[in-house]
Amino acid sequence: MNFIDFTDPNVMPWLIPVGPLLAFFIITLVTNRSKLIPATSPEYGGHHPDYDGMLVPVVNDWGRVASILVGLAGILVAWIISLNVVGQALATPHFGEQVFASSIVWLDTGLTAFRMGVLVDPLTTIMLIMVPLACTMIFIYSIGYMAHDPRQARFFSLISLFAGAMLTLVVADNLLLLFVGWEVMGLCSYMLIGFWFEKESAYKAAIKAFMTTRVADVVMLLGIVYLYSLTGTLSFREIVYNEAVLAELAATPALLIGGLSAASLIGIFLIVGTIGKSAQFPLHVWLPDAMEGPTPVSAMIHAAAMVSAGIYAIIRMFPLFAAGADPSHGVLTPPLVMMALVGAFTALFAATMAVAQYDVKRVLAYSTISQLGFMMAALGIGAYVAAAFHLITHAFFKALLFMASGSVIHGMEHGEHHVHEHAHAHDHAGEDEHGESHAHASHFDPQDMRNMGGLRKTMPVTFWTFLIGGLSLAGLPLVTAGFWSKDEILAEAFYGGFTRNYLGAHAIVFIALVLAATLTAFYTMRQLGLTFWGEARTEEARHASLGRGIVSVTMTLPLIVLAVFAVAAGYVGVPSDFPIFGAIFSPEHNPFHHFLGPTLLEPPGTHSFNWIPVLFGSAAALGGIALGWYMYWRKPLQAGEPDPLVNILSPAVFQTLHNRYYIDELYGRVFIRPAQWFANRVASEFIDRGVIDGILHLIGRVFTWIGDLLKVLNQWLIDGFGDGVAELIEAFGYWFRRLQTGQVQQYILLATVAAILIGLIFAVSTGILQAAGG
Amino acid sequence: MEATGLSLVTVVLFLPLIGFAIMLFMNERTQAGAIRWTALGFSVLTFLLSLGLWALYNPDDPGLQLVQRINWLPDYGISYYVGVDGLSLLLVILTTFIMPVAILASFRSHIFEERGREKLYYLFMMLLEWAMIGVFVVQDLVIFYVFWEVTLVPMYFLIGIWGAEQRIYAAVKFFLYTMAGSILMLLAILYVGINAGTFALPEIIAAIQTGALSFPFDGLFSTQGLLFLGFLIAFAIKVPIWPLHSWLPDAHVQAPTAGSIILAGVLLKMGTYGIVRFCLPLFPEASVAWAPTIATLGVIGIIYGAWVSYAQRDMKKLVAYSSVSHLGFVVVGIFALNAAGIEGGILQMVNHGVSTGGLFLIVGMLYERRHTKAMEAFGGVWKALPLFGAVSLVIVLSSMGLPGLNSFVGEFTILMGTLGSNILGFVFALFATLGVILAAVYMLYFYQKVYMGELDKEEIRNLEPLHWSEKAALVPVLIAIFLIGLQPAPFFRSMDASVDALVRHVDESVPEVVVGNLQMPE
Repeated sequence: MNFIDFTDPNVMPWLIPVGPLLAFFIITLVTNRSKLIPATSPEYGGHHPDYDGMLVPVVNDWGRVASILVGLAGILVAWIISLNVVGQALATPHFGEQVFASSIVWLDTGLTAFRMGVLVDPLTTIMLIMVPLACTMIFIYSIGYMAHDPRQARFFSLISLFAGAMLTLVVADNLLLLFVGWEVMGLCSYMLIGFWFEKESAYKAAIKAFMTTRVADVVMLLGIVYLYSLTGTLSFREIVYNEAVLAELAATPALLIGGLSAASLIGIFLIVGTIGKSAQFPLHVWLPDAMEGPTPVSAMIHAAAMVSAGIYAIIRMFPLFAAGADPSHGVLTPPLVMMALVGAFTALFAATMAVAQYDVKRVLAYSTISQLGFMMAALGIGAYVAAAFHLITHAFFKALLFMASGSVIHGMEHGEHHVHEHAHAHDHAGEDEHGESHAHASHFDPQDMRNMGGLRKTMPVTFWTFLIGGLSLAGLPLVTAGFWSKDEILAEAFYGGFTRNYLGAHAIVFIALVLAATLTAFYTMRQLGLTFWGEARTEEARHASLGRGIVSVTMTLPLIVLAVFAVAAGYVGVPSDFPIFGAIFSPEHNPFHHFLGPTLLEPPGTHSFNWIPVLFGSAAALGGIALGWYMYWRKPLQAGEPDPLVNILSPAVFQTLHNRYYIDELYGRVFIRPAQWFANRVASEFIDRGVIDGILHLIGRVFTWIGDLLKVLNQWLIDGFGDGVAELIEAFGYWFRRLQTGQVQQYILLATVAAILIGLIFAVSTGILQAAGG
Repeated sequence: MEATGLSLVTVVLFLPLIGFAIMLFMNERTQAGAIRWTALGFSVLTFLLSLGLWALYNPDDPGLQLVQRINWLPDYGISYYVGVDGLSLLLVILTTFIMPVAILASFRSHIFEERGREKLYYLFMMLLEWAMIGVFVVQDLVIFYVFWEVTLVPMYFLIGIWGAEQRIYAAVKFFLYTMAGSILMLLAILYVGINAGTFALPEIIAAIQTGALSFPFDGLFSTQGLLFLGFLIAFAIKVPIWPLHSWLPDAHVQAPTAGSIILAGVLLKMGTYGIVRFCLPLFPEASVAWAPTIATLGVIGIIYGAWVSYAQRDMKKLVAYSSVSHLGFVVVGIFALNAAGIEGGILQMVNHGVSTGGLFLIVGMLYERRHTKAMEAFGGVWKALPLFGAVSLVIVLSSMGLPGLNSFVGEFTILMGTLGSNILGFVFALFATLGVILAAVYMLYFYQKVYMGELDKEEIRNLEPLHWSEKAALVPVLIAIFLIGLQPAPFFRSMDASVDALVRHVDESVPEVVVGNLQMPE
């Protein structure tokens, strides 16, 4: 008996997604047990007016605890195994040339076999450092955040599936398995965004997210199928790390579209998938609405999993996009140019929208879109390592920011409850409210930053961690992770655009990203200022706090851990010739670059340090921070006062930004409503019921008419003839009968007339005969 | 391969008829329960034995297996000739799989309270199973035709007696429409059989391969072209290929739940199966020549069906039109005329049977509880019946082609076949993928309307929990969804050899058009 040796690093990656997936099944099948309680019970948290007298299912206490334990155990196991794999990878010299991989035959059809397997190379290793760590933090945070939700067990089962799918995607060695993880994540996002599915806004957001990404996914699927039909394999190793295959793909002309190589067309299809998943323009619309889910889900989607997956897939397939060109010497392929432009535009475009948001989570949502634009743009100009670096640092500080904002919202709800209790002298037993209660909070919006202010006093830990995350996002020079990764992207863009004078995409990327970085720093300071600085603008904000006990601990511990990473993660990628810092952190070589480089066949080169992009980047960050400080910290917003930005930008511009340039409305008018109209009026009513059924009914009617006609003809002609003969004889009989009157005189008369007639005829005829004879 | 003893295929074929005979002597009033259980028992037994077919089947042999042949009218070359190969094996199992599900779905149906005649109902079910298995295993053209037409009768009565309000219209439309199509097929069958001197399909194909028999082909409407059309129209109506689909929504909507499940699950597949079994090998040149046209209709059906689905406010109609869309996929796959396309097509027939059968099952359960199929009448069902909501979601996702579940495997393979096909190619794949997007639109719309949202309707709040028989009906559907989705290899393996042989046959018969022989996933 040959046991599979799971201590072998080639085999061990199989186990990484197993923990969370197993947790998903165990929670779903075993520990998700609910009890029925009256809807009015405070335990339900809802006291929903419509549910009076109704029993609602609430996860029972045993299920609550067990689900948390199982979910946490699953992700912890994944984390430990990941760390083990990562440790072995780091200990392997020249890791990258040598990788951990194993596969099994999945689809064996006699002649050929489709293999499914796992692959750990430097890129995977880096993801395996980030994903399980971020997921674990999110899980711990969720314990507190979801503590009172009636469907808490379902939450843990779904988020385990989410983590499992992401880990599957990360360790996959082929595009198909990656796509499976990709789609399952799409499903999880659908179910988690719509977790409070009673709320209309929640289920609409869920469908929007799923549909938007689905459109992109299907295009991506087409690319995968096309790739497979050309190469006969989907394995990363056999495609993107095989120069012969890449050269062949680059030399094959694409179907239908002239002037494009097959590699480019496949690349574009795959990029569309990422544009959907990583919420790039024009498919970015789903991400801000995805805020409808519980906050840990937002953290999961925005940082650890979903959107990172999009960028990861591009990084993973990077050689394919670059096939037939040389991005490090300024020769870009159409997919790379597309990425550069989409990324640069999105980075700037989303940043402008983030500036004009009041919802604390929405600001972060737009900032995610913008930051992913940074990564896209970096990939577009071939800055492969920089994009991966930013992906990792962004994941840490964005997970932190989301969970911190979740704490803020939680605290605000707490404050709202406090105010509510005191105002009505009601004695509600529930401490926190979630889900259903959101809908009934009516006029007060605990997520609106205008209702906040001064939260630093009541929520100090949240404030400090939020500040660290925010500054990292803003790219505060030298001390934050965000600075180092953003700097790397800017340096690459500048190097290509201005040092080597490739201009074109490189220059556009550089300029757009510097502007976006300025805006990023500005809106981050605006958010921090509105939320934490100054005095509380509402009674609720004054009483906002996380309370005490386990809830507060589980909700702050992850923040602290992530805050450490939001600072420290940057120091693994300091360029070695960066003054002072380079000597401290990268004495020999840039560790991140050095480790990740061998993922590609030909490790990307590094270029010498240049002050200009660093200065631009620092100026952007500091300028934005200074402007934000000037407008929102120096003189904090007072209660009832409008945002100073409204007047500066003019209300019309502000409204346009606030309403996301009305793109959602535009899509509604251009795509959704016409599609609905077409479906209802044209396809269903006119063509289907009208024309097609009409023709059928017409045929039916024609046959009925023919039948009727035949029936009539039958009566007239055939029956007419048959009956007519009989009737004629009958009629003759009637007529003839009149001769027989029974009167002898008449008979004699008739006989006499007849005799005369006969005699006459005889005479005449014989006479004629004689005359003829004579 | 001529076996003399009793073939398992014959046993599987006639088992439902034995059940029929036994139930005939039962008393409706005193033994209603026994009748139900007999029907279920026989259908389950048939399913288990049909699994035996799979066990005995040798996947490396492309030819007919487990053959039994008894001369019936030797003067006319008509014989009782049954067997299975890679093209039919899975469909036989699909049939025997769907029947117990459909019977379980009828256990607690209100239709008997309204219309009675429970015994007659189960008798028709048994008759239907017999006829459907017959269609898939019979190798003689004339007997095939007989079985083909016999399936109409029980379904006609199932719709006409136990259907909804407009059942008579729907039943007549169903019967006349499909019957009208079959007449042309009968003519074509007679022409083929008389020219070949036998009605045994394998012998006719062998004759075509050796060149002993050929149907002249020099254009779309030459002799072979017309014969092809004669068969194809009958099959196209059954599939249904757009624009011959308009009987389907009516029949589906009016049929009782079990009727819809069987219609979607099995009856439609008789059409696509017929194309693979008869049209392609008998008329290879015409198949190649007609392929772009028919695949175009298939693509139109994919998009059209999805779009019309989206417009529906009636759950059953929505699912019914989605069948037009899904079957369009199968048609495109078949007419890619390569191994990947056809194998994907056959697997997708099975997938559609499972997923859409499942959809009709859950819609039927909702209908049982609310007595309406309008989506407005629902909302918040997930909250009222959490488990049912979760199971429904799996079925909905399966129908949408989520990776990891069954339909994805079929869709992926079909897309691959289409893209690799020398006849169809990229544009067809592009439009077919549009259908995948639209599938998500209408399915999520359905799920949102019915399952999500607030529980603001009194009736939904008091929704009756699932009966054990309903749970029992859902379980096999779920198992099949996950099994095919996660482990499709054995399914492909079972048809691989036969499909390869078919593709080679078509390829060799049409030397000037080299059909891309794209292999299955490597």
